[in-house]
Amino acid sequence: MNMEPRYRLAFQLYPYEKVPAQDAGAPIRHPIVIVGAGPIGVATALDLGQRGQPVLVLDDHEGIGEGSRAICFSQRCLEIADRLGCGEAMVEKGVVWNLGKVFHGPQKVFEFNLLPEEGHKNPAFINLQQPYFERFLVDQVRAEQAKGTPIEIRGRNRVTAIEDKGSHVLLSIETPDGPYQIEADWLIACDGARSPLRDMLGLGFDGRVFEDNFLIADVKMTADFPTERWFWFEPPFKDAGQSALLHKQPDDIWRIDFQLGWDIDRERELKEENVRARVDAMLGPDARYELEWTSIYTFQCRRMERFRHGRVMFAGDAAHQVSPFGARGANSGMQDAENLAWKLDLVIGGVAPENLLDSYSEERVYGADENILNSTRATDFITPKSEMSTIFRNAVLTLAHDHAFARPLVNSGRLSVPCTYDGLSLTGDDALPGAPTRSRPGAPSPDTPYGNGFLLNALGADFTLLTVNTDAPESVTEAGVTATRLALTTADDPTGLIADRYLGQASVAVYLIRPDQHVVARWPDFDEPAIRRALRHAIGLE
Amino acid sequence: MPLTLTPNMPDQDAIYQDLIAAHEGLSKDDSDALNARLILILMNHIGDREVLVEALRAAK
Repeated sequence: MNMEPRYRLAFQLYPYEKVPAQDAGAPIRHPIVIVGAGPIGVATALDLGQRGQPVLVLDDHEGIGEGSRAICFSQRCLEIADRLGCGEAMVEKGVVWNLGKVFHGPQKVFEFNLLPEEGHKNPAFINLQQPYFERFLVDQVRAEQAKGTPIEIRGRNRVTAIEDKGSHVLLSIETPDGPYQIEADWLIACDGARSPLRDMLGLGFDGRVFEDNFLIADVKMTADFPTERWFWFEPPFKDAGQSALLHKQPDDIWRIDFQLGWDIDRERELKEENVRARVDAMLGPDARYELEWTSIYTFQCRRMERFRHGRVMFAGDAAHQVSPFGARGANSGMQDAENLAWKLDLVIGGVAPENLLDSYSEERVYGADENILNSTRATDFITPKSEMSTIFRNAVLTLAHDHAFARPLVNSGRLSVPCTYDGLSLTGDDALPGAPTRSRPGAPSPDTPYGNGFLLNALGADFTLLTVNTDAPESVTEAGVTATRLALTTADDPTGLIADRYLGQASVAVYLIRPDQHVVARWPDFDEPAIRRALRHAIGLE
Repeated sequence: MPLTLTPNMPDQDAIYQDLIAAHEGLSKDDSDALNARLILILMNHIGDREVLVEALRAAK
């Protein structure tokens, strides 16, 4: 069995150590095994571990691969990381950007300012090399382990076979000390875009494959470039391809993406002198820089038909892939993680029926489809597929220079926003007339200032009964789950944002909020029977 | 608002002449680009997806 690493590491964080289970005569049973210690696997492990579930994470490497890769982390992603305890470190390290410039050939078409909305703890986006993002998550695992949280990561443990036994799965694992086997009640596959587990289970992965390649370079440069996102359609520099992107990261590292097209010689393109020729053409002959990392990336837009297959759940790139436009890969994977963790916790705890896990698939398939739609539209704008499509694309860019109306049509990727589970199985009723659309049932609760901090930090790890301007009991327990009250009043709302984001035209509101901070349902008063029904509904009992 | 498919241009001959005149002397590429810009400007002016979808259907 070949145990050679497939990529170089940025950080070695979980070196191989032999464990007694390898010499045990019979396979040891674990309640939850996660395969893949990438960002989605580790985030899922953290969420489950913090809920008291023992989690074993297996990874076939000993740490985090190098290269900036995902780079752009969205507000919702940072809110999830913050709930897990490591969001602040990410924001502190990351680069915040608001200004962007769009070019068509040599001409600047327009500039934009994202004008971030006030009253959120987290910025709309940060740029951060993926290895840092992952390291903060693993650091958090170490901090949790020190407190006794039952999470274990085993490096250089490569899963080579999986057998579904109905009541559990049997995993065969290869290590430097030879093979061993373990059993898992539940398995979460976070093993990436090429997901060996998906293949081992013979599951399909359908969708549209875009034959396109990106040359990605992390360039270290102390030159005084502004902290802006520069995007070129039909870049004017030699051999730059269909589009190019220049983006600032921490540590004076710039990320450059060149869209190369479909028919390329990978080895030739990755030769240092050829990478340098492109970067020189973009940055100008006087730019001094070091190449930190280069790679060629081929993307696809596709997903699995279902993300749950019996005792195996798929999350992140293993379940779905999108184009890079819009930063919808890792950001949507983090939403998979938080969607799955509380549900699996309730199922293992015997509180919720197993079919609650089907809602994980339903909701995250819906999210994946939204991401695939958005990233496909961006891809079609950036790389028009017909002559007429090119004519219209160029007309948009020409008009955008002079007319505001055309600027929203310019699509270099629609930056990831969390999806709202409109009309899906777990989503309850909207019984609050005049309330804001953004906090409707199915939506993630919008953050607002609250006391000396922010609202999302005040939501519990379990269900929350959020009341605005009304009395209610301190908690409601139904079918074994408890919703704990969080009382807000507009008397203590100096920014007016609680009213703006939770009341709208209403004067009183009661919200039931899930452990993943999505709204279940909302009412104009404390309607106990309705709340009890909604709680049962939200855990798959009705 | 339904799509208007009955006569709606009081000076139809003059407006039609304006359209043809705008293309005079242009290459095929420049004419195509002009048409595309014009369509986008008018689409934005209409600003109603239902009407535009109906118009696309009528034009097919």
